[in-house]
Amino acid sequence: MTAPALPRPSTATTMAKVVGLLALAYLLYWLPTFYKASQVGTFIRVMTLVLAAMGLNMLTGYTGQISVGHGAFYGIGAYSVAILVGEYEWGHFPALAVGVALSFVVGMAIGIPALRIRGMYLALVTLGLAALFPQILQRFSDITGGTQGMRVSKFEAPEGSGLANDQWQYYVILAFVVVAFVLVRNGVRSRPGRAMVAIRDNEIAAEVMGVRLSAYKVLVFGISAALAGLGGGLLVFNTNYVSANSFTIELSILILVMVVLGGVATPWGPVIGAVLVVYIPEWLPKDIPLLDVEGSALGPVLFAAVLILLMAVAPDGIMGLVRRIKGWALRQRRAPDVPGPGPNDSVPSH
Amino acid sequence: MSEFLQFLFLGLGQGAIYATLAVALVIIYRATGLLNFAQGEMAMFCTFVIWMAWDAGLPFPLAVLVGMAFGFVMGAVIQLAIIAPVTKRAHGNPLPVVMVTIGLFLALSSLAPIIWGTDAKVFPVAFGEGSIELFGASITHRVLGTLAILGLEVVVLWLIFQRTRLGLAMRAVASNEESSALAGVPVGRMLMIGWGMAAAFGALAGGLAAYVGLTNTLMLVPLIYAFAAATLGGFDSPGGAVVGGLVVGVVTELSAHYIPFIGNDLKLLPAFLLILIVLLVRPQGLFGKRQVVRV
Amino acid sequence: MNGALLEVANLEAGYGPVEVLRNVHFSVASGEIVVILGANGAGKTTTLRAISGMIGCRGSVVFAGQSIRGRRPDQLVAAGIAHVPQGRGTITDLTVEENLRIGAYCRRDGEVDADIARWFDVFPRLGERATQPAGSMSGGEQQMLAIARALMARPTLLLLDEPSLGLAPLVTKELFAQLATVNAETGTAVLVVEQNANLALAIAHRGYVLEVGELVASGSAEELMTDEAIRKAYLGF
Repeated sequence: MTAPALPRPSTATTMAKVVGLLALAYLLYWLPTFYKASQVGTFIRVMTLVLAAMGLNMLTGYTGQISVGHGAFYGIGAYSVAILVGEYEWGHFPALAVGVALSFVVGMAIGIPALRIRGMYLALVTLGLAALFPQILQRFSDITGGTQGMRVSKFEAPEGSGLANDQWQYYVILAFVVVAFVLVRNGVRSRPGRAMVAIRDNEIAAEVMGVRLSAYKVLVFGISAALAGLGGGLLVFNTNYVSANSFTIELSILILVMVVLGGVATPWGPVIGAVLVVYIPEWLPKDIPLLDVEGSALGPVLFAAVLILLMAVAPDGIMGLVRRIKGWALRQRRAPDVPGPGPNDSVPSH
Repeated sequence: MSEFLQFLFLGLGQGAIYATLAVALVIIYRATGLLNFAQGEMAMFCTFVIWMAWDAGLPFPLAVLVGMAFGFVMGAVIQLAIIAPVTKRAHGNPLPVVMVTIGLFLALSSLAPIIWGTDAKVFPVAFGEGSIELFGASITHRVLGTLAILGLEVVVLWLIFQRTRLGLAMRAVASNEESSALAGVPVGRMLMIGWGMAAAFGALAGGLAAYVGLTNTLMLVPLIYAFAAATLGGFDSPGGAVVGGLVVGVVTELSAHYIPFIGNDLKLLPAFLLILIVLLVRPQGLFGKRQVVRV
Repeated sequence: MNGALLEVANLEAGYGPVEVLRNVHFSVASGEIVVILGANGAGKTTTLRAISGMIGCRGSVVFAGQSIRGRRPDQLVAAGIAHVPQGRGTITDLTVEENLRIGAYCRRDGEVDADIARWFDVFPRLGERATQPAGSMSGGEQQMLAIARALMARPTLLLLDEPSLGLAPLVTKELFAQLATVNAETGTAVLVVEQNANLALAIAHRGYVLEVGELVASGSAEELMTDEAIRKAYLGF
């Protein structure tokens, strides 16, 4: 495959990107200094879900698989931290490490059969996992607290830092998200990453690549699950509480919605998706005329509608939609002198 | 022995419900090659309609029929308005369509409490509360009646698929859509009818299952059992779905009773393992014809 | 040509941005056998698929005096066009008899059973295998079944896409002989696209030659058979 020579990004574009990133960095730094603890708690929830969505995005982006079970991996991370910190009085970070490792291992364990069980059948298996997870919590309610939930000791700011607990938690989690974001981006651009993307939709090429590819695929599943586990574990740093009611099938579906809403296989997709999925229900008006419900209850209905609509018009999500509009605008601008290339990406044989 | 029989019959009764929902899954799989993740939630939605009809004073069997009719229309409309256009644009890739069924799952499960509230609805027990004694075990009328309904379903399905023009056309479309169209079968209409039929069977399953109390989570777990049943029987085999449903029901109840590790809390574990193992070892299931695992 | 059963003019069709057919004109009269010759990739299959509504097209397609462009395949069957696609298009999971019944799906009269018996007479091997799944039969038998299934719709025009594909020469010969008989007995017009020019021209009344999406020659079967260039290119002698 020969890639068309990309135009060198102009200095102006680079400058705009740098300024944008600096502004974003300042905004992220500023948020917890301005908002009160409950709001910061929501920021933290968004960030942990960004991690889970990033994990799922990686799986979908690399291997073209969808998982309806990432809520379970998120839950594994959360409960590892909760149990180790709450019951065994471990430190938060060692507990988090165990949570990440455990979700990595479970992810690999699902990833191995996923080599043979593909597409919607894998979605079925992961859906089963998402349904099974709350039952596992209930079965071992003597240590998980079941639906009653369990309390966990606080993750406190170090003395002399001058930060409130929630601010400290926010910055620590932000650091994890930034590092994970950079690592995942570089991973996508690495040689094995590009190879996997290139053959994602081409099973014959995949078979030619053979065993090494299988190993990578399993590894990707593991890493994807580990990212979700990391998100879940970090959530407990802030909430100090877990309950079986929070890790339902609906959570798994919402993580999937974040990825699809934001745009599969785009680095910023999961970020946008997580922000939208958490905040849209909060932004909806409290009282809906004619309906006796709180606006936030309509959130999932709205996501579902958008999801269905997106699948009908732009299966690659909001980022894909943006890209298409950009491309269309570009062609419009160029149209007078150079006719842009047509949409000749797929030519069925006849 | 009588204890074993007790749980065997309990399992058969539950299994008949899973079988009914699994038949719905199979009808859609045969017609469109699709796993419909929204099947359970569609059934739950129809069950609320059954409840409304019954609450308004209709006799229960009639209310179930109303719910099934609602389901038929709902399924057909969903196919026509949502599934067909997305399928057309997906160019043979099933994943966008699967995502749509997941979207429907989310939409229906969050719409139901908005429409009907979050409190569990009291729901009639089909065939009443009584029971009979058999070999020292007591079997409820509900279990017997549910099994009888399953038997009736099998007969009706067989008659439709083997003895009617419509059933023949549906089988033709399931086997080869393009050739069926060229033979004069209106494929789009057949797919609509298929989705409608499936949703009607789902409504029946919901009506049989809701005696425990009706909320929007009614079919969440039964959907997984039904998928296990369809996986075991073969996604393209209605008979397999029936056998699979009964097996899953019995295995679930017996293992919950006799294996302390599973107990009542971890009932889903055998079904989950069943899905995993069958997909790995024999993806076409026990009675399925085709190698069903496509990419 | 006035009174043509099928009149195709200015036909353009393709897949996405790829244009396969350009400016194709031809016609089929009632009761006529017309062959379209052409090499692989010339656009023969595309032509038939455009006529029977399986792909979109531009231009005019008039059947029995009515424009049929944009109609669905199943509507065209009811209108009288039966299409036997390349690779036969039998429904392999159904039995032979069920395949024939599906062919009569658009009919509401009571003579379906009589027609099944009739085609079992014409194609005795189908009768012997009435209750077997179609997928269990040989290629030649499946081709016969596909044709019989198409005839069950009582079409006025039969579209055949490379019926000889993958069949042994002897089987092909028998098949074409049967086609000629069916045409003579029922008066069904036949539009057949073929690479096997010898056999096709032997039963055809007229023919066209399609090259990379355009018609380059036409004439009666005798004219085409005696044309030097066509003989070299398609008949191999």
